[in-house]
Amino acid sequence: MTSTTAPAPARAIPPDDAAPPARRPRRKLTAYWLLLPGIAWLVVFFAVPMVYQGSTSLQTGSLEQGFKLTWHFATYWDALGEYKWHFVRSFSYAAIATVLCLAIGYPLAYTIAFKASKRWRNVILILVIAPFFTSFLIRTLAWKTILSDGGPVVGALNALHVLDLTGAVGLTSGDRVLATPLAVVCGLTYNFLPFMILPLYTSLERIDPRLHEAAGDLYARPFTTFRKVTFPISLPGVVAGTLLTFIPASGDYINAQLLGSPSEQMVGNGIQKQFLNVLDYPTAAALSFILMALILGMVTVYMRKAGTEELV
Amino acid sequence: MSRIFTWIRSHLVVLAGVLALAYLVLPNLVVLAFSFNKPQGKFNYEWSEFSTDAWTNPCGVADMCQSLSLSLQVAVLATIGATVLGTMVAFALARYRFRGRGATSAMIFLPMAMPEVVMAASLGTLFLNMRIPFGFVTILIAHIMFCLSFVVTAVKARVMSMDPRLEQAAQDLYATPVQTFLRVTLPLAAPGIAAGALLSFALSFDDFIITQFNSGPTTVTFPMFVWGASQRGIPVQVNVIGTAMFIAAVALTVGGQWLGNRRKAVA
Repeated sequence: MTSTTAPAPARAIPPDDAAPPARRPRRKLTAYWLLLPGIAWLVVFFAVPMVYQGSTSLQTGSLEQGFKLTWHFATYWDALGEYKWHFVRSFSYAAIATVLCLAIGYPLAYTIAFKASKRWRNVILILVIAPFFTSFLIRTLAWKTILSDGGPVVGALNALHVLDLTGAVGLTSGDRVLATPLAVVCGLTYNFLPFMILPLYTSLERIDPRLHEAAGDLYARPFTTFRKVTFPISLPGVVAGTLLTFIPASGDYINAQLLGSPSEQMVGNGIQKQFLNVLDYPTAAALSFILMALILGMVTVYMRKAGTEELV
Repeated sequence: MSRIFTWIRSHLVVLAGVLALAYLVLPNLVVLAFSFNKPQGKFNYEWSEFSTDAWTNPCGVADMCQSLSLSLQVAVLATIGATVLGTMVAFALARYRFRGRGATSAMIFLPMAMPEVVMAASLGTLFLNMRIPFGFVTILIAHIMFCLSFVVTAVKARVMSMDPRLEQAAQDLYATPVQTFLRVTLPLAAPGIAAGALLSFALSFDDFIITQFNSGPTTVTFPMFVWGASQRGIPVQVNVIGTAMFIAAVALTVGGQWLGNRRKAVA
């Protein structure tokens, strides 16, 4: 972080220009002018809609007769009653996907940061980021081919008895992967993996490799070095990565729609259906309000526990 | 035999990394392979026979290229809007101490910490209540809104790492504030601004959830087209576009890096 009070060299210009810029009221006004358009945009199109949504969730009426604010809290109970399993599925799928992303992403981030030569490092980083530029709907649809019934992947999983295992935990049923929770989790993991890898890589890259040598010199075995040195230092990356994976995954409805069956639907599917098909705006608003509150609550607790500084 | 085991043990992390990379790249390869498919039914999930029909006639599907051009228009305008607004906010946050800094930071952070569907539904509710018809303008407003935070984060990181003494030096050499900004500050901040703009473009071009809640019946972006097609039957051309985008992105990144390296070598 740069300090605004860097030692200013002796200078011949009037002191007016030499003073640190932040302290003077005229310059302060500049800051507000710079902020105004961007923040106004966010207030009008992000914050105000949130309030509007709160009010909409308490309205009753229909599209033809118009909606009126009647403080109808029952919408929340009805929505929770109808969609409680959607919430459970959303958060459990997102949690499994986040853990899988960490398990798959950490070795890759570690490889890029410590094992790859400089040239390979850039190639791998491009391969991690490049999928971003292919429409993610197309890539998600590709999983339909990869996981197709009787395909090589399902065959291999069957031969290795992985499907028996996942079947026992209720992630799959029978010889299928498509239209089971496993397919949805697999899609979620795939879609949000780069969001886990990039922050992990950023925090691992900063580690001085000499720390590893020092640990080795002190007779730490490789795994102990990892557990006591590398992992604790990379913790901010782990926290950022899990948040960037869990939050979008819990609101996602595309993977559940494209790879799952109606019994894998998540809360996002419910909001989408109520908003775009049923046109029951109060229920859609209540659902998304509950989702937002739950996520904000979880994120706050998690960040307190993990104890990270400013994330922006 | 035991040598193989030792080798595997010492390269375990790298092996896991390679597997992870394969997991990431596999779908792109499938998209590529199936762009040469000649499917028998309406859907392109099962291999039937090799054909280059889709590549020789990429716009042969009704409405697809139209949706592609709409997506490009939205992405370009959203990128310009978000980059200008976001860069201004980033400069204010990086350079000034002012009242309401914390609230401003929170305002920037929250859209990134919110599931897309929540923002999508709430903005859609606002437009409905205001009786603003859904269409190009509403999509653009939404895209600028969610891209802004990412631009701010990218530009702010860059501006914070810039040496303030360079600007002081410019002023010592009697540069006016405008000259200092245009000749020193802006070129120094350019990589951050470029990164933010690139990210905005990618996010906007690929956005589906927020677009689905805030677009009208006639404004079908490319992701919306793919979504509709996934229910009715997918033309092979979708894979052609997907692959072309992937190749263009890799070429752009590699080219940009090569240019950057060359410039460094010259300087």
